[in-house]
Amino acid sequence: MSTPIIQVEGLSKVFGGVHAIENLSFSIQQGHIHSVIGPNGAGKTTLFNLITGIYTPTHGDIKLKGESIVGLDPSQLAPRGMCRTFQNLQICMNMTALENVMIGQHLQFKSSLLATLFRLPCVVQADQQAREKAAELMDFVGCAKYLNTEASAMPYGALKRLEIARALAAKPDILLLDEPAAGLNGAETAELDTLIQKVAQSGVTVVLVEHDMKLVMNISDYLLVLDYGKKLAEGTPEEIRHNPDVIAAYLGG
Amino acid sequence: MMQALKSPRLGGLSALSCVLIILPFTLSNSFQLDVAIQVGIAAIVVVGLNLLVGFAGQISLGHAGFMGMGAYMSAILSGTYGWSPLLALIFAAICVGGLAFLIGGPILRLKGHYLSMATLGLGIIIAIVINTESWLTGGPDGLVVEPLSLFGWALSPFDEYHLLGISLSGTQVWYILIASLLVFAVWLALNIIDSPTGRALRAVHGSEIAAQVVGVNTAHYKVKVFVISAVFASVMGSLSAHYTGFITPNIAGFHHSIELITMVVLGGMASTYGVILGAVILVLLPQVLADLQEFEMLAFGLILMVTMIFMPKGLLPTLLNLLNKPKQKTTSEEAA
Amino acid sequence: MLAELLQYLFTGVTLGATYALVALGFTLIYNASHVINFAQGEFLMIGGMSTFFLLEAGLPLPIAILLSVLLAGALGIALQKFAIAPAKNADVVTLIIITIGASIFLRGLAQLVWDKEIHAVPAFSGDTPLVIGGATLLPQNLWVLGISVIVVLALVYFFTRTLTGKAILATSMNADAAKLVGIKTQFILMLAFALSAILGAVAGVVVAPITFTAYDIGIMLGLKGFVAAAIGGLGNGVGAIVGGLILGVTETLAAGYISSDYKDAVPFVIILLILFFLPNGLFGSRSTERV
Ligand SMILES: Nc1ncnc2c1ncn2[C@@H]1O[C@H](COP(=O)(O)OP(=O)(O)OP(=O)(O)O)[C@@H](O)[C@H]1O
Ligand SMILES: [Mg+2]
Repeated sequence: MSTPIIQVEGLSKVFGGVHAIENLSFSIQQGHIHSVIGPNGAGKTTLFNLITGIYTPTHGDIKLKGESIVGLDPSQLAPRGMCRTFQNLQICMNMTALENVMIGQHLQFKSSLLATLFRLPCVVQADQQAREKAAELMDFVGCAKYLNTEASAMPYGALKRLEIARALAAKPDILLLDEPAAGLNGAETAELDTLIQKVAQSGVTVVLVEHDMKLVMNISDYLLVLDYGKKLAEGTPEEIRHNPDVIAAYLGG
Repeated sequence: MMQALKSPRLGGLSALSCVLIILPFTLSNSFQLDVAIQVGIAAIVVVGLNLLVGFAGQISLGHAGFMGMGAYMSAILSGTYGWSPLLALIFAAICVGGLAFLIGGPILRLKGHYLSMATLGLGIIIAIVINTESWLTGGPDGLVVEPLSLFGWALSPFDEYHLLGISLSGTQVWYILIASLLVFAVWLALNIIDSPTGRALRAVHGSEIAAQVVGVNTAHYKVKVFVISAVFASVMGSLSAHYTGFITPNIAGFHHSIELITMVVLGGMASTYGVILGAVILVLLPQVLADLQEFEMLAFGLILMVTMIFMPKGLLPTLLNLLNKPKQKTTSEEAA
Repeated sequence: MLAELLQYLFTGVTLGATYALVALGFTLIYNASHVINFAQGEFLMIGGMSTFFLLEAGLPLPIAILLSVLLAGALGIALQKFAIAPAKNADVVTLIIITIGASIFLRGLAQLVWDKEIHAVPAFSGDTPLVIGGATLLPQNLWVLGISVIVVLALVYFFTRTLTGKAILATSMNADAAKLVGIKTQFILMLAFALSAILGAVAGVVVAPITFTAYDIGIMLGLKGFVAAAIGGLGNGVGAIVGGLILGVTETLAAGYISSDYKDAVPFVIILLILFFLPNGLFGSRSTERV
């Protein structure tokens, strides 16, 4: 097997007295849809925040493509091919939907200050290209009709997909989605299901935190179950489904 | 679809140019033209400040400090040390930009009220230094400034000039200069806003964390826009000093800083034309209210409060919203 | 030498006590509503000016002080009700401009109702100085210190022992939860503004005999109070007191030993240095922001 895209070793995060993540080790294989599940407050979002550099670990190591990334901030991880969405929407409400996606292309379309100030033809051209690509991505996630809508005027479900489009615009090798189906209705969740699989098929490793068990069991290659910040179990959907600890935690708890 | 992907910019710029061209013909005396020039100077400063406050969402309550530094460096270098005013202006802008760069790093890590505290402090410190070092700055009594001169050609508001066979007063030449600079500044600002840099700045405002996650080095962009807006202020400080021919430490003071930020917020944050409207109102209002004499302060405070309470988004965005409301209905019907 | 230092300390602590009261006013309002009230300094001005003119009108000192403090309290309530409450969801900057508008308005009102002159309120109990270790201490300095201590103790009692005080604390921690358990948050906000205005006015009255008073003294005092509050960490009561004292003492020492011209710059240099290293002040929370 090739080296995993993510390797987590002995990871801990303490807030005050709360051990949000405690001595956690696992790895994520390239190209997988790898889901992280667990009850509310289990530490799933904290784990994402640690992996994406938003929090610094109290202990432990995280490797991306074999290189330790502890201590790097989020903006240094994007160039290494990592991007994510948020459980609590992080949309720029002061911009249009299209511009929100264009932000995702930041690393591909930077220009020098001088070229920007005088809007040299190269900037105009790059901008046009960026717009077209962003529009394609919006189409891909099913937000095409909101192209020039102000983000603040869009419905919740569309904003969730807009976040995915923005993350995809950064051309990640690994994409972390934190509860993308929360607040979506049945039809929207089904669309999301297909969308995630399309993303995975294009070669992107997807890490998914989700409470919707049907969705998770349906599309995941591998699962990690967290409880009180610790690993309760891991394995394929089939293994997890029959794991007595998981059944106890979910039914008993 | 291609049409929808284009961004309109020429319309606003040509409208602004038209207004600026017609304006002097509607003004009846040189006093009014002088007010127009003051408005123009303030407008350029706040177009720059708006990049920082309105677009990137970073408060500055000390921007007059940068303007004051520009003004005093120009005045002192061109007066006491005999530099050419243009060279002094550029040198001042580089120094102010350098200061903003050095101090921007630690200051812009701060958020909300702590950022306002720090910028306020910075501005006040600059003003106090100018006030105190009177051997260099003339202190509270102020300083006389040489007229602006370019390659030996001095531009004083009190002289007559002949351009292409037309005879113009110095004030009129100044008007042309400031009006052209305003159009240029707006063009630069619009270029920045509608570029990857501008989107990164607006994302810093919208969601700093989202911006970071897609690779925007937010600290870098905050410092960048801080420097740009400081340079805008410095250049206009220099020009304003040469234009008025006399400066006092008030140009760097807390009150002036507050005036500048009020222009931005009152006119409409993140609206380039809005903040120009803000500059117009805040320069004109004291002139109008001066008739009220002892009621002036009272009225000014009241107007400020009432406008901000009822139009928290600022004048221009609120007005545009009112105008657009019926229109928006029709577009959403079309879409349906 | 030592006498000189002692003298600076006396003056510094007195000044610091005043700043601490102003800073506590900032803290109260900040906790209750997350607003930085740039009109805070005006309450000092109103305390001092109103006392002076009521004394002029022939009222005895205690009555004049009481009325002035009540006037400030009423203005504090009016500020909350007519300027802050209607702008509930406004941006930080917008709220800053609104409170600045209010401060200009109050200043305009003061110069209209009273005048633009500088006034000296007579010392509460004479001017015969006490000499301690070669340094002189005016009775008024003792008044400032004594009243500051009493006010702080009263505040501590209010917030830890009374139901209303606890309700204010609860509202500042979680307004929604406070509403759910039946606390009238709008009333609490008005109370916070009233209290903070009263604090300001008390500070304004007790220092007026030392520093003089005029319609425009509120700006600098208010800004320094803001600095003191920020030194300690916005929203932290103990921090505000410590910040006020640090400010008063360093400012006086700097004026004495370095240069009195740069006295007013000292607070701002201090706060910049502190914020460079501690972005949330000395005692501000360093918790991780949630996303
Ligand atoms: N920034 C923070 N400061 C303090 N405590 C935190 C912070 N972030 C998370 N926690 C705590 O860590 C624990 C794990 O929270 P986390 O948000 O990671 O859970 P989760 O599994 O994502 O839950 P949910 O399914 O509800 O999203 C909780 O007890 C939470 O209160
Ligand atoms: Mg979560």
